[in-house]
Amino acid sequence: MTKNITDNSKRNLSLFLGCIAPNRYPGIESATRKVMERLGISLKELEGASCCPAPGVFQSFDKKTWLTLASRNLCLSESLDADILTVCNGCYATLADTNRILKEDPEAKAGVNEKLSEIGKEFSGKIEVRHIVEYLFREVSPEKVRDAVIHPLDLRVAVHYGCHLIKPAHERKLGSAENPSFFDELVEATGARSVEYEDKMACCGAGGGARSAVQDVALALTEKKLEHMQSANVDCIVDACPFCHLQFDQGQIELADRLGKEFNIPVLHYSQLLGLALGYSPEELGIHLNRIQNSEFYTKLGERAESRFPGRKLGAGAGIGKGGVPT
Amino acid sequence: MKHPIKTSESDPTFFEEIKEETGAEKILMCFNCKGCSTGCPVTDVVPQYNIKKLLRMSAMGLRDRVLNSEHLWYCTTCFRCQERCPEGVKTVDTMLKLRSIAVKNGVMLPAHKKIAEYVMRTGHGVPIDEQNRKKRKELELDELPGTVHSCPEALEEVRHLIKACGFDRLVGFDQQSLA
Repeated sequence: MTKNITDNSKRNLSLFLGCIAPNRYPGIESATRKVMERLGISLKELEGASCCPAPGVFQSFDKKTWLTLASRNLCLSESLDADILTVCNGCYATLADTNRILKEDPEAKAGVNEKLSEIGKEFSGKIEVRHIVEYLFREVSPEKVRDAVIHPLDLRVAVHYGCHLIKPAHERKLGSAENPSFFDELVEATGARSVEYEDKMACCGAGGGARSAVQDVALALTEKKLEHMQSANVDCIVDACPFCHLQFDQGQIELADRLGKEFNIPVLHYSQLLGLALGYSPEELGIHLNRIQNSEFYTKLGERAESRFPGRKLGAGAGIGKGGVPT
Repeated sequence: MKHPIKTSESDPTFFEEIKEETGAEKILMCFNCKGCSTGCPVTDVVPQYNIKKLLRMSAMGLRDRVLNSEHLWYCTTCFRCQERCPEGVKTVDTMLKLRSIAVKNGVMLPAHKKIAEYVMRTGHGVPIDEQNRKKRKELELDELPGTVHSCPEALEEVRHLIKACGFDRLVGFDQQSLA
């Protein structure tokens, strides 16, 4: 993946929350707001935004409804003259695909606008849809992220891209879907090491409505993925999507309940990992609100990977590495 | 063979309906290489699940077998097969079209229906709950996110669009019960 030739970093951005981040893992929302502010990127509020709507159910049930509800969210950002930033692969899939389909297909656009006119809105197609990981890579760069780090993390990380961040590859234009590297580069910018593991690009199991309707199937995929991560002896999982996040975090509880299988691998959204490296405490980033709590992980956060930042004078960071599970 | 296909089972109108999705006609290009099912993470854990089989049955017009197959709902839409297909078959896009044909014929799983109803009722597929209101406050975020949850007029817009698209009737949801 290469950087954009044109400079899109000057364009306005709005924050699209979706459902799972604000309503199940608010730590991801909190971390996103904190790290973006620290990096000097302001986010406009997208008042009145709804569910993206969920691609697994809505795209499966009725494409027209899926496009229409998604286009309303896009209109909200259009009226702020802002590109729309998602922190979720599912929202990214719905919003980016809808934006593209409506820009390319005049018939689909006319159909959606006929419905939107009833609520006084119109899709014009003047904004872009961004994902926080893709945005940070292209518009900020791993080097600049690295420059902002004050608490280099000494962690072995299992990076989970998730499916809809990079696929369909032809539409996402983020390079190889089989062997991408941009997310790993951003993770390594925090000092952490992205560790190779078996079938790294496999799905978490949650998507397509599988988690809600065929949970055994979804969990079987999750179990396999967790086994591969565990074999690589990682300290935590880092994802780009609250739904993958939920599947790994809540899924570990479900696997323990159903099969008595314990993994106990902490799960962080990239915004939370970056937040730690920028000196925020696990409590400020809501990491202590995850289902999986691993005291060894919190101790590990106190170890600083200074050697990965030679010649840099680094700050102290707040409240990290006191050891033990935060209360 | 346990369930031999009878020619009388084939319904040519099924393929016509599938073709409404741009690119879905490419299922005719499949030459059985099995690249899709070989890499499928679901097939990996449920060996009987086979996306190639579902798509081939669709190309053959086997409407009832496809629409009533529980496997129709196993795909996580990871897109690995669609990326890898050497013939450019739109495997996942077609799977989604098959699902929407099933829904039109009244086949939908209760868990999915529930999520659709949550969106109609609250504007969120996963709405806020008590526990997460508390978590938000602890994190010094507004107790309710600034989404449809804080904006009744916005929720009305969402409901209006759902009705205008006929989605409430499709799912069999009575909007009167919201009042």
